Amino acid sequence: MTGTLLSINGLTKAYPGVVANDNVSFEIGEGEVHALLGENGAGKSTLVKMIYGLVKPDRGTMQLRGDAYAPAEPSAARAAGVAMVFQHFSLFEALNVAENVALGMENPPGMRDLAARIREVSEMYGLPLDPDRIVGDLSAGERQRVEIIRCLLQDPKLLIMDEPTSVLTPQEVDILFETLRKLSAEGTAILYISHKLEEIRTLCDNATILRLGQVVGDCVPRDTTARDMAEMMVGSSLLVPERAGGTVGPVLLKINDLSVASPSAFGTSLKNISLEVRAGEILGLGGVAGNGQDELLAALSGEIPTAPGAVELDGKPIGGLGPVARRRLGLLTAPEERLGHAAAPDMSLIENALLTGSVREGLENRGFLKWGKAKSFAEAIIERFDVRTPGPDNAARSLSGGNLQKFVIGREVMQRPEVLVVNQPTWGVDAAAAAAIRQALLDLAAGGAAVVVISQDLDELMEISDHFGALNEGRLSDIRLAKDLSVDEIGLMMGGAHGMEVAHV
Amino acid sequence: MDLSSINPILLLASLIVAATPLLLAAIGELVVEKAGVLNLGVEGMMITGAICGFAIAVNTGSPVVGLIAAAGGGAVLSLLFALLTQFAMANQVASGLSLTLFGLGLSALIGQDYQGVKPPAFPKGDIPILSDIPVLGPILFSQDFVVYMAFFLTLGVWAMLKYSRAGLILRAVGENHDAAHALGYKVVRIRVLAILFGGACAGLGGAYISLIRVPQWTEGMTAGIGWIALALVVFASWKPWRVLLGACLFGGVSVLQLNLQAAGVAIPVEYLAMSPYLITILVLVIMSADRSRAPASLGKGFHAGS
Repeated sequence: MTGTLLSINGLTKAYPGVVANDNVSFEIGEGEVHALLGENGAGKSTLVKMIYGLVKPDRGTMQLRGDAYAPAEPSAARAAGVAMVFQHFSLFEALNVAENVALGMENPPGMRDLAARIREVSEMYGLPLDPDRIVGDLSAGERQRVEIIRCLLQDPKLLIMDEPTSVLTPQEVDILFETLRKLSAEGTAILYISHKLEEIRTLCDNATILRLGQVVGDCVPRDTTARDMAEMMVGSSLLVPERAGGTVGPVLLKINDLSVASPSAFGTSLKNISLEVRAGEILGLGGVAGNGQDELLAALSGEIPTAPGAVELDGKPIGGLGPVARRRLGLLTAPEERLGHAAAPDMSLIENALLTGSVREGLENRGFLKWGKAKSFAEAIIERFDVRTPGPDNAARSLSGGNLQKFVIGREVMQRPEVLVVNQPTWGVDAAAAAAIRQALLDLAAGGAAVVVISQDLDELMEISDHFGALNEGRLSDIRLAKDLSVDEIGLMMGGAHGMEVAHV
Repeated sequence: MDLSSINPILLLASLIVAATPLLLAAIGELVVEKAGVLNLGVEGMMITGAICGFAIAVNTGSPVVGLIAAAGGGAVLSLLFALLTQFAMANQVASGLSLTLFGLGLSALIGQDYQGVKPPAFPKGDIPILSDIPVLGPILFSQDFVVYMAFFLTLGVWAMLKYSRAGLILRAVGENHDAAHALGYKVVRIRVLAILFGGACAGLGGAYISLIRVPQWTEGMTAGIGWIALALVVFASWKPWRVLLGACLFGGVSVLQLNLQAAGVAIPVEYLAMSPYLITILVLVIMSADRSRAPASLGKGFHAGS
């Protein structure tokens, strides 16, 4: 480490009603891998958007190699040598790889030269990519390679990575880290945003921790325990979910050789999936996003009808039934997408509670709604799951992601399901709320329900599952006892490295 | 019935004249939709262009100034749409529909004094040498310059979308405006420019009808061409050459059915009159079976803060 690359002094940014960043200061050295750590809503995204020129700070200054640095727009940031790999929203599915890369560059060469450069650089760093493929056809890991290559082609001095590993298998993470270490050794500084503490401990030289928009501390991750960092992030000690250890009963949910085509053009079809879940058991299904998780949930919820015998509930074939009939029988589901799939964004929490709860909670009578009963049901969910909202009349859209997630999971748990299937139950939820949701799922299983948790968070799956399986390209791996599995084995179940190699530089 | 009265060369030459206004309007709308905006006001912008062009041409005596005024009139009307949808975040479908109704009313108001007036004649653009080629000459090379302009506009739009960086950025904005914004492209500015281009093209198309094809002013004279242009863009799968093909097909059937009516074919006139719409849509539906996708952000509002 030779000197300071970027220094940030007193950056402040306020939005109506919330101060996203309050007087944030820290420094990143040349070639340093610097972690920015914090919970959802701590202000990490706003901070990096200011560094990348997407958001203008209200107050405060930045210096890049000693010169004043105040990018008015991302192209100015790119020109100054700052590149960013986004968590979401930065690829164009209908365009090909080379076009996507060209869009993120200031002065891209001609398409033919660019394609050759993409091949060259992607192979050099062990991230092979075909420049002519349409991005919509790529896996999540491959899409991320597109973003990384787009940045690398501009020889950045500072590479910002926003939660880059959330879509990767453990093997892919290892290879990504190799690439990042090589880059760092070549003198590129990396600002690495994550809330995965073990990753930060293996990769990063220094960490700055944000909470509620303020810097609450910094540390050297190698010398700090994950627990200490977590407590700095959260600001209080963490409750670890506890398992009551109930007894396992008969098979409640059974899938027999299920194959369905995906309804979406860029989706993944399910191929020959079979599994069993017993009462009192939690089955965790891992896998990188886009490997059939959404389709499996849809086949279980009844959104995609299947052959009657392909899905059995308590021994009865239900594959041909729709969602309402399945709910009546006790199979409840909570999909991944909160706004628009699990909840109707512009409807109130009462109406949203009615939408899935009317059958089992008796919230309607011959087609007429029982508003009073629906309201008390919604209030009960809010009460038990500590949903922070002024009241049940508020629109689902007005809740923060974590609060809405507690509501949609709570809504299903409160209906006393025989079988509950959830997809990404704690995605984008802060640590305390995630622990509460996991605890609710464990309690449900302890009470004799069968629970299927589909998630990309391996730590979560290891914490709560009894059995573990992984989805890879629409196929399900063997299902194994969770406590016997090592991280390497899990990675292989998820499909290994998907053709990635260690960087050749 | 006397089919021999139909002169195939004249038929093909007038096919191109009938196709041009549709082509102009549709190619403009194609650019707008590629940028992710659905402007249903094409008909209103066309008829506004038709009367603006007509009035200015009559008053200045210059049809070329009239055409420029038509493009300007269409663009100004589309600016209203741009203000509503890009800055006031109004719904695009409702804004587009009201733009059409507004344009129809506005043009009728402006046009009150121009009923029955004859506009200055538009010069023919015979291309030397080429126009002397038998058969092809009178069909392709003896048209007015707006026809050539419409063709080169199609060529230009195709090349811009496929090969230029500006075209790539335009498509990117239409495909995923959040990503384009994150990469630092000015989504709203690009969309406003696309909307203005679409408005100018529609205005030109309208003036082509009132100044060259008909040429006179009648209320509501665009007669649904704007709606056909909208349908054409969709059924042509947002591809410029298919728009050209569809416009020629529509123009061809329109001209043919008029000729057939004149020749006294024993088919009720109503069937003949509906045939261009029916056949164009049918052919394009079959062609669009390759499931090309619409721009993914088409019709969705964008707000930088969200």
